[in-house]
Amino acid sequence: MSTLALTQSRAPAALWRRTGLRVILLTWLAAALSACGWVNTIPTLDEASNAAWSEVQNQYQRRADLVPNLVETVRGYAAQERETLTAVVEARAKATQMTLPADITTNPQAFQQFQQNQAQLSSALARLLVVVEAYPDLKSNQNFLSLQSQLEGTENRIAVARRDYILSVQAYNTEVRTFPGVLVAMLYGAKPKETFAAAPESQTAPRVQF
Amino acid sequence: MTRWFASVRAPFAALALILFAAFAQVAGAAELRFPDLSGRVVDQAGLLSPLARERVTNWLAELERAKGHQVVVATLPNLQGVTIEDYGYQLGRAWGIGQAGRNTGALLIVAPTERAVRIEVGYGLEGDLTDALSRAIIERDILPAFRSGSYEQGILAGTASILRTLGFEPADAPARTQSRPAAPQETGAGMLLLFGVVLFIAFLARRNPRTRSILPYVLAAMAAGRGGSRGGGRSFGGGFRGGGGSFGGGGASGRW
Repeated sequence: MSTLALTQSRAPAALWRRTGLRVILLTWLAAALSACGWVNTIPTLDEASNAAWSEVQNQYQRRADLVPNLVETVRGYAAQERETLTAVVEARAKATQMTLPADITTNPQAFQQFQQNQAQLSSALARLLVVVEAYPDLKSNQNFLSLQSQLEGTENRIAVARRDYILSVQAYNTEVRTFPGVLVAMLYGAKPKETFAAAPESQTAPRVQF
Repeated sequence: MTRWFASVRAPFAALALILFAAFAQVAGAAELRFPDLSGRVVDQAGLLSPLARERVTNWLAELERAKGHQVVVATLPNLQGVTIEDYGYQLGRAWGIGQAGRNTGALLIVAPTERAVRIEVGYGLEGDLTDALSRAIIERDILPAFRSGSYEQGILAGTASILRTLGFEPADAPARTQSRPAAPQETGAGMLLLFGVVLFIAFLARRNPRTRSILPYVLAAMAAGRGGSRGGGRSFGGGFRGGGGSFGGGGASGRW
């Protein structure tokens, strides 16, 4: 305000020169940033990691969709394994009932919760697949075999989707935290994203020998 | 003569840079080493006779002609310390098997050292070649032959089953000696064309200085074109090249 008052008392040409200089500087900065591709890097990486995140969600959802069928099939042969079956059903319910906030990738708490729920379902499923070893009839049931291979495939897809997400967040976070991306990040209000800790037990698919 | 050379030198330097960048990009993308995509059958472990390789190659070429799907058979001397699931999707991505955008590719991977086999299915074929069907093919057609030591038989039966599952009946003529697609010449022609275009522009630029201004755009457009076919970037001289498809871990594995 005071600078405005000061400059107003001077010749109008000086004012024009000063704001003009500022505009030129800003335009130059914007042009330089965009010419180097800096301005577009963060949104591009952001989109890539968002896509990778939705793939992670898709694959977890796909696994959750397999579970009811799997539980029914196992129950038909091994109803006495009530405890293991209940654990799977409950873990699935917990994982699917969680409403994911839109900002989950930048919300450490929600992200942690999501990861924990999915890990619980992973371990419950792994236990179930160990338990069924004791039921030869079930193990030779065509429906079960089909479900089991789908589950294996889905666990593998989850592992791939998680790794892709980790890589995409690495690229994004590096850009957001280093120069010159850190300047552009301020412009957009971009925050670093949460990523998976490589939990080996949830990365390896439960595998059963035939 | 020197003037002519000077006008040609710049575009050649630019082209070399672009090609180098394309290679560096592909090479830097992965930490695992992948064999070159030398054809539709990459028999690094040496499990197939030349005749069988020819036969499978013909099937796979026919499949692509009929359906547009790319299927590749790969045998590997080792998996460099990772699981076959880990290796498989990265190999598929590195080669870019399957049509770009539709991701209609699949791999049959055999690693005799680790006694592991895998059918790796691209995103676009997961609906046809499901995990359960892939598993059934491995259990029914591949593993029994592998267990009795006959890799060739297992690979032939497994590949035929994969093709049938994809809705394509391979012509079962063992002695059919169809000439293989003249592929090396094909890429040779592509490179020749590329250099021809650059030469032509350089020629124009020499005659008319105004043309020189379009040169950067043309080169940039070429670079963009190169960037688009990433899977194929590696396989100069190999003939067959990946269409740019991607993989997400679908399929099934087996061990014997």
